[in-house]
Amino acid sequence: MAAAGVVMIIAVALIVLALVYFLVSTILELRRIADGLDEVIAGVGEIVEKSEPVNGIVAAINEQLDAGVDLLEGLLVKKAGLSDAVGLIDGLYPGAAAAGLRNFPESTGIDPPRIGEVYTKGTLTLARLGREAPIAAASPSGEVLRNVEGGSLAARSLYPSVRHQSPENLPRSPVIGADAPVQYEQRDDIGAPRKRLPARRP
Amino acid sequence: MTLWWIGNIILLVVILPVVVYLLRGVLEAARSIVPTVGEIATTARAGSKDLDSAALLLTTQDQVARTVAGVADYGTSLDVIVDDAEKEPV
Repeated sequence: MAAAGVVMIIAVALIVLALVYFLVSTILELRRIADGLDEVIAGVGEIVEKSEPVNGIVAAINEQLDAGVDLLEGLLVKKAGLSDAVGLIDGLYPGAAAAGLRNFPESTGIDPPRIGEVYTKGTLTLARLGREAPIAAASPSGEVLRNVEGGSLAARSLYPSVRHQSPENLPRSPVIGADAPVQYEQRDDIGAPRKRLPARRP
Repeated sequence: MTLWWIGNIILLVVILPVVVYLLRGVLEAARSIVPTVGEIATTARAGSKDLDSAALLLTTQDQVARTVAGVADYGTSLDVIVDDAEKEPV
């Protein structure tokens, strides 16, 4: 009976030791997890705090940009007309005419005139200043009035000519120095005493 | 007496291994969470650091307001100096 009791005590002691070891280890790991979660909560708290005003600010920025878009769209349509405005936008951003103007839903049904191939941006603006230019009068069914690739040269004719028309390339300055392709001989009289002319007789 | 020995054998052969197995599983699960929590904490710190520039949105908002105001002034000037388009025939 004594041997059986000792064995039972040993077995119970082993079970208690296993419980203590594993439970203490688990407690330590859970404490590490709790510490890590504290760091996570601190970081998430900072994220929430820093991102709190973002929605309001972005909404305000969008409102201001909407107002700007409304203003520019209205001005463009007022000055150029809906058809030319759509053509201008499509010339600057090909394919954008399909989306149309935001405040003018009827603009999506307009066949955009080929303003972008006829006039440059500056030409269009200048042509509108002070007079009503027949922008894209022959478009969209007529011939293109000007080559697209030559657009920048055509626009230059609107400004006073300084160097860009003729000649295109001005002659370059001569190259001097020891490595110059053309070497100029040194004159002997440079640095020599001045020649004395014979005295004139009165 | 025999039953006592049988009970001791069951205690040592069955109950003790089962207890150890279960507790070891709990410990391993807890240990596997620790590195994950560490990575989450690192990510949260990085995300918080990335949002440091969110305060600059106030400057952006101010700049946008000024830009829109400038565009409005420019548009008003254009409205004055540029003729309106002729009304399209209905």
